Amino acid sequence: MKFAVTVTLKKDVLDPQGKVVGQTLKNMGIKNLNQVRQGKFFEIDMNEKDSAKAESQVKEMCEKLLANQIIEDFKINKAE
Amino acid sequence: MKSSVIVFPGSNCDRDVAVALERLQFKNSMVWHKETELPKSDLIVVPGGFSYGDYLRSGAIAAKSNILSEVISAGKKGALVLGICNGFQILIECGLLQGALLRNSGLKFISKDILVKVQSNKNKFFNKYKSDEILKLNIAHNEGNYFTNKKHLEELENNELIPIKYCDEKGNINLKSNPNGSINNIAGIFNKNKNILGMMPHPERMADKILSGEDGLGLFLSLMN
Repeated sequence: MKFAVTVTLKKDVLDPQGKVVGQTLKNMGIKNLNQVRQGKFFEIDMNEKDSAKAESQVKEMCEKLLANQIIEDFKINKAE
Repeated sequence: MKSSVIVFPGSNCDRDVAVALERLQFKNSMVWHKETELPKSDLIVVPGGFSYGDYLRSGAIAAKSNILSEVISAGKKGALVLGICNGFQILIECGLLQGALLRNSGLKFISKDILVKVQSNKNKFFNKYKSDEILKLNIAHNEGNYFTNKKHLEELENNELIPIKYCDEKGNINLKSNPNGSINNIAGIFNKNKNILGMMPHPERMADKILSGEDGLGLFLSLMN
């Protein structure tokens, strides 16, 4: 069972890398760009058939290691 | 005094700290991150470097290593713990200190000598310095931009838990004298009991006149007081 986890900086935390990427895209001529937020992506493969159990374990992984919740948010999606 | 310096794969200031401590007659042990027991020590140093290659977030992997659970319980029991640079990041990631260290506001790795002003000397780490004394220390980091919530920031400011702030030659603490965007020019913080200190500047790099200066030596001398 695979999960896709995205970790990004919280909305009110300055994301300088995302800002620079966004500015560069604007310089490349993309005028209708609002903003870019840069983050991290994890693909987590679990040896577990119970999807609720696996998902709660992935959530725990995010809380304990993958994201620093003071500055980061995480999203978990079940991948096919 | 007995001290322990924790060594991770990727630590690179561990030996510098050990030299500074041994020069002052500390009985020092180097402790590998896989160890599960800490030698009896009055001072535990979590040194600078790039533990585990800064994978995931600086300090995040080191914070989950075997020896860190020993450091955490010793710190909670009142042992003196000093985290320098990557060590500061590790102390934050393991929860001994609050807040977060973000990427430098200028997006560049900064390696240079800077000035800090001693804000408070009523603690175990800075008692050999005068209050308001300006020290020349060295910084070398990519994630030293300290950030915390408003409530915690007030707690730090009101309880003398910020021993050093970045300043200029005249001692002005402002945006211009802030190298990395750190909130309120914070260069180091204490926990509530002031037995755990995390700081971005490297005192061990300023512990020998011949090499670079001696402004950092006072910190190690203070610890012996």
